Parts: sequence; structure tokens; C-alpha cells
Amino acid sequence: MDWIEFPSLSRGDMLTIKKTIDGSFKEFTRAYGDLIDKFFDPLQDFLVLLERLLITSPWPVVLAFFAAVVFLMSRKVSITIGTVIALSLIGVFGLWEDTMRTIAMVTVCTMLAIVLGIPIGIFMASSDRVQRLVNPILDLMQTMPSFVYLIPVVMIFGIGKVPGLIAVVIYAIPPMIRLTNLGIRLVDQDVLEAADAFGSSGTQKLMNVQLPLALPTIMAGINQCIMMSLSMVVVASMIGVKGLGQEVLNAINNQYLTAGVLSGLAIVSIAIIFDRATQAYGKRLQKHSEVVHG
Amino acid sequence: MGEATGIEIKNLYKIFGPNGKEMVQKVKDGMSKAELNEKFNHVLGLNNINISMPGGKIQVVMGLSGSGKSTLIRHINRLIDPTDGEVLYGSDDVCKMSQKELREFRRHKTAMVFQKFALLPHRTVLKNTVYGLEIQGVPMKEAEKRASRWIARVGLEGFEDHYPNQLSGGMQQRVGLARALTNDADILLMDEAFSALDPLIRMDMQTVLLDLQEELHKTVVFITHDLDEALRLGDRIAILRDGAVIQQGSGQEIVLRPADKYIADFVKEVNRGRVILVDTVMDTTKRAENDLTIESGIMLEEAAKTFAETGLGEANVVNRDGQPIGVLNVQDTISAMVTPATH
Repeated sequence: MDWIEFPSLSRGDMLTIKKTIDGSFKEFTRAYGDLIDKFFDPLQDFLVLLERLLITSPWPVVLAFFAAVVFLMSRKVSITIGTVIALSLIGVFGLWEDTMRTIAMVTVCTMLAIVLGIPIGIFMASSDRVQRLVNPILDLMQTMPSFVYLIPVVMIFGIGKVPGLIAVVIYAIPPMIRLTNLGIRLVDQDVLEAADAFGSSGTQKLMNVQLPLALPTIMAGINQCIMMSLSMVVVASMIGVKGLGQEVLNAINNQYLTAGVLSGLAIVSIAIIFDRATQAYGKRLQKHSEVVHG
Repeated sequence: MGEATGIEIKNLYKIFGPNGKEMVQKVKDGMSKAELNEKFNHVLGLNNINISMPGGKIQVVMGLSGSGKSTLIRHINRLIDPTDGEVLYGSDDVCKMSQKELREFRRHKTAMVFQKFALLPHRTVLKNTVYGLEIQGVPMKEAEKRASRWIARVGLEGFEDHYPNQLSGGMQQRVGLARALTNDADILLMDEAFSALDPLIRMDMQTVLLDLQEELHKTVVFITHDLDEALRLGDRIAILRDGAVIQQGSGQEIVLRPADKYIADFVKEVNRGRVILVDTVMDTTKRAENDLTIESGIMLEEAAKTFAETGLGEANVVNRDGQPIGVLNVQDTISAMVTPATH
């Protein structure tokens, strides 16, 4: 009755395969781990600096700073007041420091995702072949359970901020890339033809036509990117990223209901603040589409 | 400004499909569009086009949709690459230019107006109009000064800071026209530029174009599917069908001597009084007895108006120096205006 059992590799064979791959990766880590670690040092320094700045500055200054940034982006008093209230409540419940850590983390992750994602998205929009190549990679990044790619990352970097950063960026960058690509591809062919007819070079076309017209979609990408980074902070806390995620993790481990809910709500409030501010900013950039000839 | 250079299109073929180059010979040997499509799955876009577009004049290319007229105009600035043939501007063959030369050619020698306007929605009227100069690298101050002049010239003064979607279709196309004119290029390509506008606005824009042309004398290539528009604007008209030119000449030539039944059907409904010159109908062997004079080169309709106002039955047609060159009478005028062209 050989048909019942699937003809799988024998235990011995599997063990050899695993051992070989794991072994060679460990060797690779030992040989190049420090080098790769060094490479990411500036990023870590920047993150630490930002975090320290937010935590050590007096809280009224930080609160005023956030209120100012939100107002400058959204130009809406309601969103600004909401921000101040939310941040004050966070402070009252003793989550100020953790929240600052998380904001620093999400800010750096988002910046990294934008800096890497937009050029990749532009490149992806440049040809169908590139798109066919990049798409499955993005699928993989979004669906592969994050713990799986955390294994090699932790092997190289150990536990700490940088592996957390990498894990978050891997998870949050796909919508950035996808929506940049989509936005550029959706630009009206007629307008592109006009740009060509006036003798635009590739760069001029990109800067004058494609990127400005793709901007609403790109802004949606940035927004998604921020939301996904925030949703990853709990996972990142498992590899030693401090902040609200760690509070949640702590609450799960010890069944602290109140602490868990409060930290969770703090994450939600940051998400809403970021979301409203970026959305309003994106909409303001599109003011030309609001006024319509009637 | 010196006389604008004309455009010479010679033996131009465009075949859409992966092996267009190999199909050219088959078409040259007489394969039809339908056969090419059926047997080889290639579409014959343009078939042996030869048009000599005079410098400083308006050349209209007319045809119904699918006739290849939009494909043809895109060969002049090579937005579409030809399969075979030449597009000569002076001594330069547009088809042989390198990418860099082509970009320079497009920047400095051509400007285009589009059927769907193709304005940049995120830019104001002024910023749209400077686009051509901006990518040429003209300093912004200078560019805006030049652009403002043309915005005023097309009648959009005061709308500089509006966005395109705040404007009506007619106004948007004025922006399109101002954008093209600001480029100060010899060649003005107009791809069904007025087709999307309603009839009154369209007449209006035609007048704007004719007024501008009177002082600018650019080489205008104007694509349209509307015969009335073609006859009103065109110094020369080429009629396209299934990718081939079936007749070209002045509006009057086409109306009076249609090359085949297809064109005869087309011109049947035309207001002939606005196309036929008095010179065509006058009797050059006679001189009229009365003092009524009609200028040579005007259309029959205007002559008829003169007859109606004066009540006289005949008039001398005079040339620019006031010398009589023939006689026009009411009878001939009316019959020429109402007799349909037969083939």
C-alpha cells in the first residue's frame, strides 16, 4: 500500500538539507555579520537620536511640535485639537515614553520605505517586464509570515532596533511600491503624448507629468505604509523593539487587560493622527481637482 | 520672420504589427488593407502617402475615423515611427533623426494642439502655457512674459491662475493653442483640435486660428473629419481614406472636381457659395456696362450678397490693381452655388 503515504524525502535527507543550509548561513553570518551590521549603523544612530530627542525634550515642547506639524500638514483646526487631546490622554495614562519610541520607529520606517519604495515603484512602472519580476517578490514580502524572515535577520543583527526596523520595512514597503507603480501607469496617455510632443526628456516627463499626476495614488501608498508599520510594532517588539508594542506583548504574556487595551488604543490614536494628517495633506496638494467648471 | 519651411512627405508607409518592415514590400506589390489584415494580421495604417505641405500655409488632412489621419500627423513630429518613407522638413528627414535631434526638433520646430486638450491638470493656465519654454530651459521670468502675451492673444486674459478643470472646453483649447503658440515654432500641428467643441465655439476658434495665421504664417497641419471646417481653414486639403490619399488640392478643386464617388458624396452637402471663387465662374471674355465691381478672390456667397444689396444683374470682377478681369452675372452665380458636383 505505497499509495497512502506521500513519497516524501526521508528524515535523514531532510536533516542533511537543513543542516547544510543552516550551517552555511551561520558561516555567512559569522563572516559578514559585523560588516552588514556596520552598514546599518547610521540608520540605528538616526533612530536613537530621534527617539532620544522626543523623549528627553520637555513634553509641552513635543506636544506643541506635533500640533504644529499636524496643523501645517492638514490646515485643519479639528484634526489639530484631536491630536493634542489624544497625545495628552496618552501622557496621562503613562504611555508617553513608549509612544515617543513608537512614533520615532514608525517615522524612520516610513521614511525608509518612501526613499526606497518610490524609486522602485518608478522603475517598476518603466517596463512590463520589471513589473512581472517585482510583483511576485512583493507578494512574498506581504504574505510570508514575518517571523520567518525575522529568523535570518536576527541571526545577522541579533536582537534590537535594526532587525525590527528591517522587519517593519519589509512588511510596509510593498504598498508604497505598488501604488507608486499603479499611479504612474494610470497617468493619462494623452497628457504623456503632449509632453512628448513638446520634446520632454524622460526625466522632465517624470518630474513634470508622471509624478505630479501620480501623487494622489502615491500619497495613498504612504498612508498605507504608515498604517502597516504601526500594525507591525507588536511583532517587532518580539525582537526587542521597545515602545507600545512591548507594552502590548507584556500585557498578552501576563493577561493584563487594562494595560493591553490602553496600549492598543494608544497605537490606534497615533494611527488616526498620522492618517488624518497625511490624507488632508494629500488632498491639499490636489487642490486643482476640487474646483470644477460648472 | 522669414517664410516658414514646408513639409514634404514622401512614400510614407505605416504598418502596425510585429513585422511591419517585411510587410511593406507586400503592400507596395499591391496587397490590400483587408488582405494584409486577414493573411498576416498586420494593420495597414498609411499607404504610400505623398503630400507636399506648403510653408506658411494651412494644410488640412481630412478623413473619417480610421482613415489614418491622426497617424499621419504623428509622423510629422514622429510620435509614431514610420515603417518606410520620408518626412522632410527643409533638408532634414525627421525619420532619420536621433533621439536627441528629434527632441530638439520637437522643442524648437513643432508645437501641437490635441483633440482632448491634453493640458496638465495640476498646473494653472500660465504654468501650462510655459510648458514648452520650460523644458527648453528658457528662464521662468522670460517664459512667463512670453506666455502671458499669448494667453492674452487667445482671449484668456485674467484666467492665468485658473486650473484647466475650472474652464470650459473652448477655453481649455484656447490654453492648448496658447501653449503651442508660446513655443514659437514654425510648424503647428493640430490634431482634430476643434472637434471636441460645440459648433458655435468651433466657429469661434476657427476664426481665432485664421486671424492668427494671417499675421504668423506658420506651417499649419490641421486634421479634421469635418468637411466644412476643412474647406474654411484649408489652403490645401488632402483627403485620406483607408490610409491612402485619394485626392488633394484646394477646397475649390475638391468641390468642383471630386476624384471619385466617395468624395462626391462628401461634398454634395457643402455650401458651395463659400468654397467657389468668383474667378472660377466669371466670364473673362466680357466686360460689364455698369460700375459695380467685385474683388477677385472672394467667394460666390459674398458676390451674391453684393448683387442682392445693389439689385444689379452683373458686375466687373477686378484684380488688386482695380483692373477688370471678367464679368460675373447673377444667373451664373446662383447656378454655381446650387448645382451639386457630379462625378
